[in-house]
Amino acid sequence: MAMTVATANLVELRNLKVAFDGVRVLHGIDLDVARGEALGLVGESGCGKSVTWLAALGLLPGKASVTGSVRLEGRELCGSPRSTLEQVRGGRIAMIFQDPSSSLNPVLSIGRQITEALAIHRGLRGEAAKTEALRLMDMVGIPDARRRFDLYTHEFSGGQCQRLMIAMALAGEPDLLIADEPTTALDATIQAQILDLLIRLQAETGMALVFISHDLGAVSQVCERVCVMYAGRIVEEGSVAQLFSSPRHPYTRGLFDAIPRIEGPRKRLIPIPGTVPNPKTLPKGCAFAPRCSRTTAFCETSPPSLLPQKDGRKLACAHPIELAVAGKTERRVPEDLLQ
Amino acid sequence: MIRFVLVRVMRAVITILAVMTFAFVVLRMSGDPAEVMLGPDVPQNVIEAFRKSWGLDQPLWIQYLAYLKSIFTGDFGVSMRDKAPALQLVLERVPATLQLTVPALILKLLIGIPAGVYAALHRQSFADRGVILLAILGFTIPSFVMGLVLVLIFSVTLGVLPSGGQETWLHGILPTLTMSVGGVGILARFSRSAMIEVMGQPYIRTASAKGLKWRDVVWGHALPNAAVPIVTIVGFMVGSLIAGAVVVESIFSWPGIGRLLIVSVSNRDLAVVQCILLIVAGTMVVSNLAVDLLYGWLDPRLRSPASH
Ligand SMILES: Nc1ncnc2c1ncn2[C@@H]1O[C@H](COP(=O)(O)OP(=O)(O)O)[C@@H](O)[C@H]1O
Ligand code: SF4
Ligand SMILES: [Mg+2]
Repeated sequence: MAMTVATANLVELRNLKVAFDGVRVLHGIDLDVARGEALGLVGESGCGKSVTWLAALGLLPGKASVTGSVRLEGRELCGSPRSTLEQVRGGRIAMIFQDPSSSLNPVLSIGRQITEALAIHRGLRGEAAKTEALRLMDMVGIPDARRRFDLYTHEFSGGQCQRLMIAMALAGEPDLLIADEPTTALDATIQAQILDLLIRLQAETGMALVFISHDLGAVSQVCERVCVMYAGRIVEEGSVAQLFSSPRHPYTRGLFDAIPRIEGPRKRLIPIPGTVPNPKTLPKGCAFAPRCSRTTAFCETSPPSLLPQKDGRKLACAHPIELAVAGKTERRVPEDLLQ
Repeated sequence: MIRFVLVRVMRAVITILAVMTFAFVVLRMSGDPAEVMLGPDVPQNVIEAFRKSWGLDQPLWIQYLAYLKSIFTGDFGVSMRDKAPALQLVLERVPATLQLTVPALILKLLIGIPAGVYAALHRQSFADRGVILLAILGFTIPSFVMGLVLVLIFSVTLGVLPSGGQETWLHGILPTLTMSVGGVGILARFSRSAMIEVMGQPYIRTASAKGLKWRDVVWGHALPNAAVPIVTIVGFMVGSLIAGAVVVESIFSWPGIGRLLIVSVSNRDLAVVQCILLIVAGTMVVSNLAVDLLYGWLDPRLRSPASH
């Protein structure tokens, strides 16, 4: 089976749109995830990163209206019956969230929450399920798993809760793991450990990973390809190397300028001026125009489309930054982030 | 866990002591049983003799100590009116009251909680709005009004149910209904808001995201969390199984604890009133204790030593 679909994408989003109470927050997302790849999704808070994947899995509240297409190996998920989605969730596509401590059920033991996933997706029960759950807890780095199997969420730290969330996500042996800002709520050293864990697990299991973050630095450690989102649209898409050596969308560039340097001379960070627009009062043209230093009258006529570029990236900007000439690359990030 | 239980039991004992003391002082300060029992035209020496025979001529604190001592030896005093042991008089009435309050409690649970949970899971639907409206009506209408309305409909107009007395089980229907309406409303509203709160929590999204069926998300993940606040309210209801029927028993001439309490208070029948209050306080304290223990069972965060 793997042979016949080896070249096809695992997941394809086409023209995915989401509106809450008539206010559109996602304006037609086109996105492919290939088998086994690690894709980054970056953008400031409120750009629609979470909504994209919650919509794809049918996890948005009933008031959300979702249109477009979400295909898993060619099978349409958008608008499919609940039972189909329930099989996909956790079994084919798993998702972990930003706040691990409140994402685990406080009144059910950790063991129960993991074995539950094993029962649904792999039919494991009783001792077999417990053995497998302990193996997963061990795999994500929970020390002394056997003793802690019956403990509850509040008896674990935030970082351990995220490890447990990951263990639970792995229980269904998914083909794709969506990690929605998995380290945002954690402090720096724990963040690094969780990133390492995700990188290791992805390599070991061969699953694809969509890593959602507002932190380009973290994305560059985990992913090969990056999509930059702004105000419900993808504005630039390319390989990590392409975007890091030569960001072309002014928003991507702005995100780079805001990355704290880990080494080298301390330079002042340049934050992007202004804030993400409210979806209710989006500018008529390019949504980034009010914050952009390259904006012209043309930018304000209609939103630029995401178009393929010669070097293989995709870009949605009327006046993109010139492609940096090789060798003259202005280093905006430490060497080690570029590998 | 043992510490948890001990702390709760100590609190319960202290609460009962406080209620006993309070009742004792207030009752004795608010009127002289001798005058009430014997009437206004009785000669002074008869009153003196009555006081002496019931120990009312002693200083208050000596009376109090004597009262405590007799309580701890299991002696709840004698009714000044019937000259029978107070405890026996009170216990005779308990079954009648429970005949109303227990079925009423069951109705409250069986209707209130499912209605609230259903409304929460179908927010903004017709059913949700209906539940909210009926719930508000249910607990804003005072029970004496509700009782009269039910009597008007079922006894006076339709003539299908008796309006008072305790002769057959049919007599219990109207008082039970009257008593359950408010509680159904309260439980429905409470269950609804508890459930809405829980359904918005991130762990519910996690449960859906891991592929659980909707039914299992609701039963397995949401309800156990919503149970904690609901249990609090149910605890109050269980605690008022004995005392909760005062108004309804009066409306429907039901010979339970409530009626006995009213008669005994107006007669200043000290031992009987104190005995009733003690039993009422006892049930409340015991149900609070049960609720506390249930909390610990339902919510692991409340049973860890860190929370004390
Ligand atoms: N449940 C919801 N109801 C209404 N609006 C929502 C809801 N969830 C997200 N939004 C809105 O959708 C937009 C995108 O949100 P989100 O995808 O969470 O952003 P992020 O990129 O930070 O993950 C935001 O404007 C947010 O306010
Ligand atoms: S389209 Fe215009 S306003 Fe938008 S990012 Fe490009 S240059 Fe700036
Ligand atoms: Mg988000």
